[in-house]
Amino acid sequence: MTTTTIPTKAQPATAAVPKRRPRRERQGPAWVFLSPWVLGATVLTLLPMAVSLYLSFTDYDLFNPPRWVGLRNYVQMFTEDPRYWRSVVTTVTYVVIAVPLQLALALVVALALKSMKRGKGFYRSAFYAPSLLGASMSIALVWRAIFNDGGTVDNLFGTGGWVNKPGWALLAVALLTVWQFGAPMVIFLAGLQQIPGELYEAAAVDGAGKWRQFLSVTVPMLSPVLFFNLVLQTIQAFQVFTPAFALSAGKGGPADSTLVYTHYLYDRGFVASHMGYASAMAWVLLIVIGAVTAVLFRTSRSWVFYASEGDR
Amino acid sequence: MTALPTTVSRKPVRWGGIALHLGCLAALLVMLYPLAWLLATSLKPAVEVIASLDLLPSRLEWSNYSTALDGVNDVSIWRLLTNSLLIAGGAVLGNVISCSLAAYAFARLRFRFRGPLFAFMIATIMLPHHAVLIPQYIIFNQLGLVNTYWPLILPKFLATEAFFVFLIVQFMRGLPRELEEAARIDGCGPFRSFFQVVLPLTRPALITTAIFTFIWTWNDFFTQLIYLFDPDKFTLTLALRSFVDASSTSAFGPMFAMSVIALLPIVLFFLAFQRLLVEGMASSGLKG
Repeated sequence: MTTTTIPTKAQPATAAVPKRRPRRERQGPAWVFLSPWVLGATVLTLLPMAVSLYLSFTDYDLFNPPRWVGLRNYVQMFTEDPRYWRSVVTTVTYVVIAVPLQLALALVVALALKSMKRGKGFYRSAFYAPSLLGASMSIALVWRAIFNDGGTVDNLFGTGGWVNKPGWALLAVALLTVWQFGAPMVIFLAGLQQIPGELYEAAAVDGAGKWRQFLSVTVPMLSPVLFFNLVLQTIQAFQVFTPAFALSAGKGGPADSTLVYTHYLYDRGFVASHMGYASAMAWVLLIVIGAVTAVLFRTSRSWVFYASEGDR
Repeated sequence: MTALPTTVSRKPVRWGGIALHLGCLAALLVMLYPLAWLLATSLKPAVEVIASLDLLPSRLEWSNYSTALDGVNDVSIWRLLTNSLLIAGGAVLGNVISCSLAAYAFARLRFRFRGPLFAFMIATIMLPHHAVLIPQYIIFNQLGLVNTYWPLILPKFLATEAFFVFLIVQFMRGLPRELEEAARIDGCGPFRSFFQVVLPLTRPALITTAIFTFIWTWNDFFTQLIYLFDPDKFTLTLALRSFVDASSTSAFGPMFAMSVIALLPIVLFFLAFQRLLVEGMASSGLKG
């Protein structure tokens, strides 16, 4: 018996090896599916990135050929252009105000909705709606009117219109971003619902109260989602344009107090036709965003908890 | 009345619930105030827009809407609407086609450098648009396509919005492989298997892609601001902006009437597809 089974078993095994080789999938079809993306990634992403790096070392006005000026644009930006630094400070201030406020509100609302038995779906949709509407020009115009002299905020607090006060205008812009907390809230909520209920039960058995459960179960289990939201919202916040532009009626005022980075970039490049200078600004933005993301990833090792690594 | 004892025994739980609902409702009222303000102002007579503190108009001024329908800069609102729809529709078509094609390759097919290319694709989601903006503008300028809709639509046909590629990849990875294997045994190549097996199953992700693309393109301002000059080619967003520049307060009513009209498609899409939209957003974060 044993002597006969060995050759019969060996036979299909040896036959299967050469048979599988020609069956290996050909790559041709994959590249057909990929071709639009490959074209877009090279012609509209990689090539432009290289070109804008080159242009950042030139003086270029779209009509005359680019003239090589070396580091001139960068030197001018960092040492001779107070408006540039003004826009940097404005943007960083905006990021530091808007992102934490938005995420904190999103987290609080998500926690409130998580334990809700009825009406959760309704609130979730209703709180999410501003995230879809908020980027529109219509809402920016409403915001400008509400925060203008004689608008609702002026009447309510008697502070005068925020959009005309240098220290306050940026806060109005930030509040428009905070108003759109629905998108990160929905992501938080989905993350909260994925935390296994047993963890809370186990914690309760061990005598942990609500607050302790929040600190020892919810926070670590939610930290990857919190990290995702933080990175995403920070990257987006650095690129803010429409609300700041629209609230100042395209001027970045009062006194440049809402002139965010991208607005100044638009101003230099597309209004003043200094494409080289604007390219240099774009590359600095790219590097800063990359650096901030890298720092966030680095710090994440100490506070983001991935269950799959920690458990097994 | 008979239910009274049970409510008494559950009192601590229910009070918490009621407080929670009240809190949420209060928050909702504050959040929806700007929308209520917009709707009310769009119907206010000119004198009340600035002078009156009441939210509600004393009488409904429908003429704001008829003025809004006349449009801006002698371009009627129908023209503006058509322009906006044309751009948004083109973008939807482009994104759905190109992103689903690329997603299928990343999710199911083998090819060289798949790992690095996928990582690169993910990285482009994070890439600030401004890093490629100026050269893209120069390319379209050289091609004589500035002040046309091509720069706004063409990139969508080349899967430049990697976020949607990622969204569809995630969805396709969740589909059972058995169906495609069965199709392959029946002699389907990758193309038939894509069009006849995978694509129909991917419909929810495609709809999510379509709606998000529509809303984002409809709301988009920056790209339109850069590429479009002729008032004739303006979209609703651009027209609204030029309304502000010419802002005498008497034009406030019509301006906000136009704002309402501009928001209407988004509100309708939201009401019709809210579950898909909320869940599409929720799933985007979980695999981050």
